[in-house]
Amino acid sequence: MTDNCKVRKQRYLKWLCGISVGAAAAILYWHLEPLAKWLTYSLLGLSAASKFSSAVDFFLFETPKVMLLLTAVVFVVGVIRSFFSPERTRKILAGHHEFIGNVLAANLGIVTPFCSCSAVPLFIGFVTAGIPLGVTFSFLISAPMINEVALVLLFGLFGWKIAGIYLITGLLIAITAGWVIGRLCLERYVEPWVYEIKINETLEETVITWNDRMRFGYDAVKDIVGRVWPYVIAGIAVGAGIHGYVPQDFMASIMGRCAWWSVPLAVLLGVPMYSNAAGIIPIVQALLEKGAALGTVLAFMMSVIGLSLPEAVILRKVLKLPLIFIFFGVVAVGILIVGLLFNLIMPYMGFR
Amino acid sequence: MKIQILGTGCPKCKKLAENAEAAARELGLSFELEKVTDINQIMKFGVMMTPALAVDGNVKVVGKVASPDEIKAMLKKP
Repeated sequence: MTDNCKVRKQRYLKWLCGISVGAAAAILYWHLEPLAKWLTYSLLGLSAASKFSSAVDFFLFETPKVMLLLTAVVFVVGVIRSFFSPERTRKILAGHHEFIGNVLAANLGIVTPFCSCSAVPLFIGFVTAGIPLGVTFSFLISAPMINEVALVLLFGLFGWKIAGIYLITGLLIAITAGWVIGRLCLERYVEPWVYEIKINETLEETVITWNDRMRFGYDAVKDIVGRVWPYVIAGIAVGAGIHGYVPQDFMASIMGRCAWWSVPLAVLLGVPMYSNAAGIIPIVQALLEKGAALGTVLAFMMSVIGLSLPEAVILRKVLKLPLIFIFFGVVAVGILIVGLLFNLIMPYMGFR
Repeated sequence: MKIQILGTGCPKCKKLAENAEAAARELGLSFELEKVTDINQIMKFGVMMTPALAVDGNVKVVGKVASPDEIKAMLKKP
């Protein structure tokens, strides 16, 4: 057999393997509920009525469910991201004016690979390509705040409504905050040397095959799922643990709907804190379960993962302090409004 | 051969530098490894995602930690 033939055969085998693993996972996913029940009540022989057994059942059902969902979504997002390099995103954004630009930037923030450690080169790359400051900020706000891991966990644990609210309000905040920053004409607060940098834009786009894209997805799974799985399991364990043991309305008096001041407090606490999206979900789960209001919890979560002190320190290299304050201020106000609004309209949407 | 690691010093940059060194060692190349941490210099390469890796001034990896095997393939090609 020639080398070429061997490579091709290996490639087919890999695809076949991938497809069968996917199919097996899908079948498993749809049979998790009876499986968890069987494990809990038949194999472990726990009595059906106790709080403990229902916690075990919850854990055995939710853990594989969320892990499977997480793996699938991280894989798909990884493949999607192979289509959106920062170079391509920059090209798309450079041709648009404000508002349309803000909307595009916020959406592209979700699908473009981003890590806050490369926020500075990305910022310089965008601004020097003539992308308006406000549009650049829409991107910088949405990229960390709308996180695929958080989205999956919210969907898995609380359903599509809450996941959808998180996605849509996150986009709205990124669009509006970026637009406001653009209107304020703050270019003078960008370090002047940024505009003097000459960028080599000749970096050619490498040709990517579908094999490479699958590889991209696989690497994303290895990297992200490999990093966050302990948090996910901890989160579900917390959820299972507090199922019966903490009184239902424990948090209602301090973080419930009637305590309006809890929203600003949640944002104030959340902004300097930083945690990855997977780490914050156990807390979200515990708070929601125990009667904290959805708007308050959403505000807390967004301010923790969307804004952080380390990011401010990194951005200080290219932004003067007033602009950093305005950036954080505008986003924090956006989160605050979303939180308050939600607590107000929650009862009409079928939430507690 | 000149291998440059572009990045402002995050853990991923260090990992990429280690992998690059391992790859070049294994191939028995005579090489010089340089860490480029100055943002002006990094931007001159046209790179918007760190860490990145350049061989003799040509950018080969952007925004990810390539494995030693991947880097080996890049170093072998003329």
